[in-house]
Amino acid sequence: MSAGASLPVARIEAAPPRRPGARIALLLALVALALVPVLASGIGAPFLIVTATRILIFAIAALSLDLVLGYGAMVSFGHAAYVGLGAYAVAILSAHGIHDLLVQSAAALVVCALFALVTGAISLRTRGVYFIMITLAFGQMAFFFMVSLSAYGGDDGVSLDHRSRVLGARLIEGDVALFYLALGVLAVVFVALRLLVASRFGRVLRGIRENAVRMEAIGFPAFPYQLTAYVVAGAIAGLAGVLLANQAEFVSPAYMSWQRSGELIVMVVLGGMGTLVGAVAGAAALIAVEEGLAHFSEHWRLGLGLMLVLLVLLARGGIAGLTARLRGGRAA
Amino acid sequence: MTSLRNTAFGLLAATLLATPALAQQPAGDGKLRIGVILTLSGSAAVLGEQARDGFLLAADAMGRKLGGLDTEIIVVDDEQKPDVATNKVRELVRRDKVDFVVGPIFSNILRAIARPATDSGTFLISPNAGTSNYAGAECNPNLFVSSYQNDQVHEVLGKVAQDKGYKRVVLLAPNYQAGKDSLAGFKHSYKGEVVNEIYTPLGQLDFSAELAQIAAASPDAVFAFMPGGMGVNLVRQYRQAGLSTTPFLSAFTVDESTLPAQKDAAVGYFGGANWAPNLDNPQSKAFVAAYEKRFNSVPGTYAMQAYDAALMIDSAVRAAKGNLANKDAIRAGLRAADFTSLRGSFKIGPNHYPIQDFYLVKAAKRPDGKYETQVVEKVFANYQDNYAKDCKMP
Amino acid sequence: MLNLFLLQALNGLQLGILLFLVAAGLTLIFGVMDLINLAHGALYMVGAYLAATFTALTDSFLLGLALALPATLAVGLVLELLVFRHLYGRDHLEQVLATFGLILILNEGVRIVWGSAPMSVPVPDFLSGSIPVVGTLMYPAYRLAIIAAGLVTALGLHLLVNHTRLGMLLRAGASNGPMVSALGVDIRRLFLAVFGLGAMLAGFAGAMVAPILSVDPGMGDSVLILTFVVIVIGGVGSVRGAFVAALLVGLADTLGRSFGPILLRSLMEPAAASQTGRTLAPMLIYILMAAVLFFRPAGLFPARGSR
Repeated sequence: MSAGASLPVARIEAAPPRRPGARIALLLALVALALVPVLASGIGAPFLIVTATRILIFAIAALSLDLVLGYGAMVSFGHAAYVGLGAYAVAILSAHGIHDLLVQSAAALVVCALFALVTGAISLRTRGVYFIMITLAFGQMAFFFMVSLSAYGGDDGVSLDHRSRVLGARLIEGDVALFYLALGVLAVVFVALRLLVASRFGRVLRGIRENAVRMEAIGFPAFPYQLTAYVVAGAIAGLAGVLLANQAEFVSPAYMSWQRSGELIVMVVLGGMGTLVGAVAGAAALIAVEEGLAHFSEHWRLGLGLMLVLLVLLARGGIAGLTARLRGGRAA
Repeated sequence: MTSLRNTAFGLLAATLLATPALAQQPAGDGKLRIGVILTLSGSAAVLGEQARDGFLLAADAMGRKLGGLDTEIIVVDDEQKPDVATNKVRELVRRDKVDFVVGPIFSNILRAIARPATDSGTFLISPNAGTSNYAGAECNPNLFVSSYQNDQVHEVLGKVAQDKGYKRVVLLAPNYQAGKDSLAGFKHSYKGEVVNEIYTPLGQLDFSAELAQIAAASPDAVFAFMPGGMGVNLVRQYRQAGLSTTPFLSAFTVDESTLPAQKDAAVGYFGGANWAPNLDNPQSKAFVAAYEKRFNSVPGTYAMQAYDAALMIDSAVRAAKGNLANKDAIRAGLRAADFTSLRGSFKIGPNHYPIQDFYLVKAAKRPDGKYETQVVEKVFANYQDNYAKDCKMP
Repeated sequence: MLNLFLLQALNGLQLGILLFLVAAGLTLIFGVMDLINLAHGALYMVGAYLAATFTALTDSFLLGLALALPATLAVGLVLELLVFRHLYGRDHLEQVLATFGLILILNEGVRIVWGSAPMSVPVPDFLSGSIPVVGTLMYPAYRLAIIAAGLVTALGLHLLVNHTRLGMLLRAGASNGPMVSALGVDIRRLFLAVFGLGAMLAGFAGAMVAPILSVDPGMGDSVLILTFVVIVIGGVGSVRGAFVAALLVGLADTLGRSFGPILLRSLMEPAAASQTGRTLAPMLIYILMAAVLFFRPAGLFPARGSR
């Protein structure tokens, strides 16, 4: 626990393999996702689109957390703060008559990157559980700041009058359009992170995760690499927040609570850390299980709890590890 | 990335998991669908449970045929989170195609769900929360409130404090919008000196620091707004801190939802309400008896208002002769409020908020060992809220 | 003003003592077994519920407390054998996942068994009422009892950790676990004992607050984060650190809430001061934690040699 390096992760790879099969599977998954609205309307359940949109948005947030948590071995317990800041960028700018999605997104990116830069620089002085708790502290500070911001609803949050406009046009007023926007953002973020992880930067980051001292010795100080990853992750989470605000048409400090940060961690760990698809799968699984179980029983949390405990006791490496083992393969 | 394919499978499986609940037939079959959204988990769950039980009691009393139509009631939990509530309400409206949404308990949830609930022509009936914005400038043709406008209950206590001649009071509320509204409501009818206004973080359970401040200020009376679990703790700690000689006025702090936990610590404390279980009219007596028999607890205003909400829907659907597509007729029926409220005197004002009587109530222990609030005196008669004049109902 | 300050200091002390009772177990479990136990707050809740139930059954708070302690211990031991035992040595994040699941199970289980309405425990007669402590200001007798009980427990823990064989193993385990087991100590029994002790302390804290706070299914969650703040400020694995940090957090929170606005009023306008005070008060302990970690990245009393 003395150093981040001692955190084992689900899989240790030199770099994501660049087999054509992987790329085809990825493309297939994308096509399958793109068909969700059509299928949903086909089976007479258009509401599925809304659930699917939430899954995509949380998948973006989980992906960004995976960069710091899975690849950088920095367990941030305040990641929901960035989602919340992104959402508030929409709410606050809207309140002042700026409805343009691009302006709002740019503001969210800048604000989140700056917040990540300042708090990351301080947090990275610590290691292990101390890092977890100091990121929690900054998350809670952001949370309580928004709670006390009574001009923008304070604890009650604010309703948006309508979704953001794109160059004045009501492009994402419909649920299907928003779904495709979220899917597009997810695809871009996924590909960008894949490239980033496979790049020299990504290899150094994973090297630091495995052995920070050795990396330092061969001329790669941990701090600038980890801080960069932390800032990038914060900015991407802000983007997820922009989408979340538009999906719910409502923004409140609840988005930034430590429970939400915990849920994001659960998504990443559930899916299998350090695998980008794992983060997406974890987000999908958690939201689907939550919504699925809630229909069966008022006490659905009991079922979710049991599933989490059993998953850890019986399976290692999250969903990715479990499926790999069921197929007779190995998780690592 | 061998797990890619598995992930695709996982996604598919996850999607399937969510589907069984979705295979419902849409509206148009002459059935009345009502979505009930209340806080049913967390420390305030007991408030939502009271409202749910009150509503179901009314529905069962009518043989689950509100307005003469077969009625399907879908109860969901808003988890006291505004964003969860907006999503659940969208599900109710778009997927389950409900004709009415009944809920919520909390004001911040109401503000979050009002638009998604009413956007597509569905009626929203709030059995508890009644914020000032929807009573005034933002009044909404499809939003009705069966409870009160939030400020009114606090105005009752401000009036009482004024009439009793308390010169110096300390006010205590959680630091959120309803808390600030509450203190504003109190000051609306209280003209004496407010020594200190103390705001605490929402959800705070230990009031030792605040009680020490109150003791140091030694006011003539204390007014508090601390709903749910916060109220339970405040009242118990208030007694323990040796403040029992300072009069304690409160709203939503000492009622049937908190009394089972406060017990003797709250006996003798005053509150404001639009009803109390011992209100003297036959329909209310029958309701209290039926509720206690079935749920083995004393109903509070939450249950009463939800019961009235069911009666309101029943009367409106009857007024529209069971034609759920005729929204204008239903709206006219809701406005007419042609039913016998448990409160006795009850009208719906032009802003769709009630016009009713308000009472000073006092917590008491009944001979059978249960606790309830009892009417002390009527403070306001046929009282309308202060925001109705700002409402230009379209 | 001085009287009020003393009174608020007592309130801060009482909150700190309570936090210490929960934090002591958590820091030991963390330090000795290297286990992040998010479900520790749930044990505090279980203790409170058991105390409420036994008090109602026996009509005596002291008897209820006496029965609740072994019952919480039993719950803790069962959980250790069923779940926690399999989490030692696992990745921290998997521990987080499993113990987060346990919170859900315990919170929901408590709702199923006891319902979601808050329960209450009457203050025992001989401790009800309040005692004049400073000038004319009164202080609840029961809260004084909590302070006293907490201080006695802290002293007992101090003796246990520093003057017994078990304590020696604990300290050794916290600073170098593998070495202890290499020296032939039955590590499983040591872990079981530590976990049981931690569970019982948390249950004790829960039972002690039952008469002043309402007992409800979410009560463990609110104390959990504060407890983590305490053990991190104090330094993981250090009981002494947990004690100092708990008092620090208790005092900072209580005094900040009541005197922050007053202090700010001398610096700015009253309206702005009360607004700023309301903003800063809940942030105060997190600012404190961030500041401590900034200057001492491993807490005030790091138990381990690293850094």
